[in-house]
Amino acid sequence: MPTLRFTKDHEWIRQDGDTAVIGITDYAQQQMGDIVYVELPAVGSTVEAGKEAAVVESAKAASEVYAPVSGEVVAVNEAIAGDPAKVNADPMGEGWFLTVKLADPKALDGLMDEAAYQKFVAEQG
Amino acid sequence: MRYLPLTPDDRRQMLAAIGVRSIDDLFADVPEPARRTALLDLPLAQGELQVERALSRMAAKNVAAGSAPFFIGGGAYRHHVPAAVDHLIQRGEFLTSYTPYQPEISQGTLQALFEFQTQVALLTGMDVANASMYDGATSCAEAVAMAHRITRRGKAILSGALHPHYREVCETYAQFSGLRVQALKPTPGTADPIDLDDETACVVVQYPDFFGELRDCSALAERCHQAGALLIVAVTEIVSLGAVKPPGEMGADIVAAEGQALGNALNFGGPYVGLFATREQYVRQMPGRLAGQTVDADGRRGWVLTLSTREQHIRREKATSNICTNSGLCALAFTIHTALLGEAGLTRLSQLNHAAACNLADRLEAVPGVSVVNHSFFNEFTVRLPKPAAPVVAALAEYGVLGGVPLSRFYPDRNDLADLLLVAATETATEDDIGAFAHALGEVLR
Amino acid sequence: MTGWSQALSGANGQMTAAPSEAAPDTPTFIGNRGLQLEEKLLFEQDSPGHCGVDLPAPPPHRSRLGGLERQTPIGLPGLSEPQVVRHFTRLSQKNYAIDSGLYPLGSCTMKHNPRLNEKVARLPGFADLHPLQPVSTIQGALELIETLAHWLRTLTGMPAVALSPAAGAHGELCGMMTIRAALTAQGDPRRRILVPESAHGTNPATAAACGYEIDPIPNDPRGRVDLTALKAKLGPAVAALMLTNPNTCGLFENEILEIAASVHEAGAFFYADGANFNAIVGRVRPADLGIDALHLNLHKTFSTPHGGGGPGSGPVALAASLAPHAPLPWIVHGEGGRRLIEHTEGSATQTIGRLKGFHGQMGMFVRALSYMMSHGADGLRQVAEDAVLNANYLRVRLAGALSQSFPGACMHEVLFDDRFLKDTGVATLDFAKALIDEGFHPMTMYFPLVVHGALLIEPTETESKASLDQFADTVNALAARAKTDPASFHAAPRLTPRRRLDETGAARKPLLRWRPEPVRQEAAE
Repeated sequence: MPTLRFTKDHEWIRQDGDTAVIGITDYAQQQMGDIVYVELPAVGSTVEAGKEAAVVESAKAASEVYAPVSGEVVAVNEAIAGDPAKVNADPMGEGWFLTVKLADPKALDGLMDEAAYQKFVAEQG
Repeated sequence: MRYLPLTPDDRRQMLAAIGVRSIDDLFADVPEPARRTALLDLPLAQGELQVERALSRMAAKNVAAGSAPFFIGGGAYRHHVPAAVDHLIQRGEFLTSYTPYQPEISQGTLQALFEFQTQVALLTGMDVANASMYDGATSCAEAVAMAHRITRRGKAILSGALHPHYREVCETYAQFSGLRVQALKPTPGTADPIDLDDETACVVVQYPDFFGELRDCSALAERCHQAGALLIVAVTEIVSLGAVKPPGEMGADIVAAEGQALGNALNFGGPYVGLFATREQYVRQMPGRLAGQTVDADGRRGWVLTLSTREQHIRREKATSNICTNSGLCALAFTIHTALLGEAGLTRLSQLNHAAACNLADRLEAVPGVSVVNHSFFNEFTVRLPKPAAPVVAALAEYGVLGGVPLSRFYPDRNDLADLLLVAATETATEDDIGAFAHALGEVLR
Repeated sequence: MTGWSQALSGANGQMTAAPSEAAPDTPTFIGNRGLQLEEKLLFEQDSPGHCGVDLPAPPPHRSRLGGLERQTPIGLPGLSEPQVVRHFTRLSQKNYAIDSGLYPLGSCTMKHNPRLNEKVARLPGFADLHPLQPVSTIQGALELIETLAHWLRTLTGMPAVALSPAAGAHGELCGMMTIRAALTAQGDPRRRILVPESAHGTNPATAAACGYEIDPIPNDPRGRVDLTALKAKLGPAVAALMLTNPNTCGLFENEILEIAASVHEAGAFFYADGANFNAIVGRVRPADLGIDALHLNLHKTFSTPHGGGGPGSGPVALAASLAPHAPLPWIVHGEGGRRLIEHTEGSATQTIGRLKGFHGQMGMFVRALSYMMSHGADGLRQVAEDAVLNANYLRVRLAGALSQSFPGACMHEVLFDDRFLKDTGVATLDFAKALIDEGFHPMTMYFPLVVHGALLIEPTETESKASLDQFADTVNALAARAKTDPASFHAAPRLTPRRRLDETGAARKPLLRWRPEPVRQEAAE
């Protein structure tokens, strides 16, 4: 059963074995508004926990998507590069950004679970 | 004071409404040591008549280009601008409006910018152009920075035949951004030897080059692309593209040009208008503003500033450039002049320029000791004199002829270039002007 | 993710589509509406072969184009002069401008553009002058530039001024480059620039272009730079502080002397962004505030026209420690008059080099000097006072209905935020669009970033009291209507040549030029 976790910067990460899929949450896509462009990392590059992994743009803003964990990028979602609206429509599913091979399989332990994240979002006001 | 609408009565009422005794109360945050009660040591207010008189006196100490036979180019060109251009750009809605951040009330500016971008793309033979930069030299420096971003390589090679100001600006920018610039030695009359390696982000050439020569850069473009580098072509005389093959058809990746020659007076060097054009695939790496087509809530066509997320007001330190202002009104003047000329007019204008330069070349070569260095040229070329050119130019000025620029002005350390003179002839040079130049040159060289 | 949340709430870039409930106008045959005239693109009005300029046929000549004659058409449309004049006249009529009405854009200083300036700039002795003419033929130009420099030195109190930067951001680059050059000459360029969170985007962008990293400083609850935080961040790695004063919240940094002292004590330079100089011109000299480098915007404080986005001019006033690094060219006196130093030689061996082609924005110098001479020392001081008076008058007239971000007096601009719109469903963006229907250009929105849904209002000194009252009455009425009829805001603007435009679509599928329709192939294949 894949483990789903969340960050304070509104990224989600879903682990399945030694890889994990990363995206932005529904709250994040709502705050961004209509997404017009995404910049994805190269397959084979490495990402570092807490550092920029991707960029997402609306007409009026650009925002970094930070990697919740460190690892090697094994796949990126070309579909959202061609049709950024998918991120708005289905942020937790078809709007995924990248898949990483985890440097540390236990890295998700320190992140919020769904209940904690929903509480965190409610506090944002 | 004629520009200040508030009356003393207004001020009294407003201070009362605000609830302070005097205007000084509103400057209370200024620290005591920095407060000034005395006026600064500058003249007091003057009426229009006095100001006009004072500035006219200064203007009269200059020799206007149109008052003498005139043959100076070197990156800025004297063309005839139709009367309608200056009238239209002085309409208050163009002159006194701001950047079109509220598109619903700026469709005039936005449509004009879209037309400008299209004209620049057509002239240069490229896919897309931006809404202008400060000038050709800074446009060139930004092109080099863009090549660095795209290729992630650290070295730019600048042709020795690139306008020295363009080279210098690239060098200044690179000094602070960490990019390495390799500026090749200027060799008027001979092509540069360009060695590419895997550190090369771009090669910058000029077309026509600084000495006036026209060279096909298709082969160079091919070499650059095979080496993984970009070819940047700088153009200082945009009217030339009415007569010659455009850089886009020769494989250029970025064109960084000066648009002054269309619509804009010489103005002692500024304000001018930088043109910037590139290929579709590099659009998101472009600096500067972009006007894009869209529709409104009723489905009607309109225009907006777009891809703004490249720019400083959104990306801040990650922007493609720090540029904020474009050269709006100068770009508009360019657009209007180009609209008046159209295909037939620009073609004919460029032919007139070339014909004038051919005529000048023939007349100058007939002066004993004078030879033309160039194999080819558009409206500007280099001549070799039998003695240093700088004193010759000064002597020509005494004769009332503005006869070109000595290369020593740009290369003071190159004794081997001291005899070379850069001359230009546009459609504004008459037969009499050309005759006067040739005659005066003959006299001065005797 | 960061960086987006407060800038965007309610400003999704989405169009509001409420066409059917909008004004039920009688459609016209070709879409014109009274004086609002539709106008196609130039490229859609091509009369091939037509020309709006009569040129003689070129005399016969032997081509010396080296075989590079153009083989393909350029693709430009042909029009006559009447068509071109009508085209651009119609375009102009779709623009709002200072000449039309109040333009309260904070930090832009949209003051009246005097027409005398246009007249003198067009004197042939200035306009028809080539930058490379022999120096004996341009002495009047050099005299004008030096006169302008004298006014700027006197107004700022600084000993030197670099005139070549073409715009404010270019001036920032110039200033930061001289700072880096000065520190490098001391053997220690340092790594970091401190920039307030409220700074204009050009500040961090410029610092990055100079190879520096940026460390942001928070505001304190009074809307000024947090002095404690600043002091904590100063250290041997900091090259400079970039500060705007008055700041982008419209407030004078009253602790500025202590700020300057702390910065200098740490061995760093104090750079000031002079965008808001209009608040203090003639009353306060930046040199007296401890500033080392300050860029000015001739197109803001000194009235050179905004021209739909440019051109500008951004001279930089420099302290003695930075003056040797000023960019080329320099003007010096010699026997026989003034001349230009165009190379790294003589007194200019430590220059950072050239930042622009030729000498600078001469056309803007003439206009700015004309403005300064018209106002004089007394007039310029009055400019600052009236600018501050007008802004404070609007502050008190609007304070009841709007939510002022930082209480108390402001300088030349006043900052509000969107708390007054809370629970109305109307965002700052919608409020601005409704203001457009009322015949005003909106104030600056969503800047500075330090408050939510910012509205920054700068009237300038060239607005009459009546104009301010009209504006205040309108804004107050809109604020009241936001509570009762939010839908009307979402539909705005309704009365403009175009309604809200689809910026999302424009960014997703950029269309940045006109292209001809593909020609239909004849069925001959």
